[in-house]
Amino acid sequence: MRLARITGRVVATIKHEALTGVKLLIAQPVDHDGKAKGKQLVLADPLQSGEGDLVAYVTGREGALALDTSFTPVDAGVVAIIDSVNVENK
Amino acid sequence: MKLAKVIGNVQSTIKHPVYEGRKIMIVQPLDENLEPDGETFLSVDFVQAGPGDTVLVAVEGNAARQHFDDQTAPVHSVIEGIVDRVERGNE
Repeated sequence: MRLARITGRVVATIKHEALTGVKLLIAQPVDHDGKAKGKQLVLADPLQSGEGDLVAYVTGREGALALDTSFTPVDAGVVAIIDSVNVENK
Repeated sequence: MKLAKVIGNVQSTIKHPVYEGRKIMIVQPLDENLEPDGETFLSVDFVQAGPGDTVLVAVEGNAARQHFDDQTAPVHSVIEGIVDRVERGNE
């Protein structure tokens, strides 16, 4: 499970019908210091996170399990909106 | 599994139900000399691990879900043990 900053959202009218109603957000993976790490990706979001939010996301099969209907064709999903990051021991 | 060091945690109020009441820790993977190696990631704690602990981390959904009584839990990584030491044959 990794951290990412929500940077935007995807609007796609023509899509697989199972994606109907699924919020699709653009996210930039970041490390615990908030530094960008790796490539942007699209996350399915059941938690109403918004632009600028820091979230935790899972990929692979767990990405689909993050949604209420888990047989949705997604491979990355938001599982938590992060309130604070506490690094105590470098 | 991986060896990692707990370097902190994240707090979250809005989250998937299975994460309710769980501690989400930030872990730093370690190499064979127990030195930091690679990017940190998040893992759900099941052994009351604290910052500075060297821990045993599972990084795969099915292993992670063994810790939840919900086979559809969207969990990818869990902390399964606190490492006392690593012993090697020639030492």
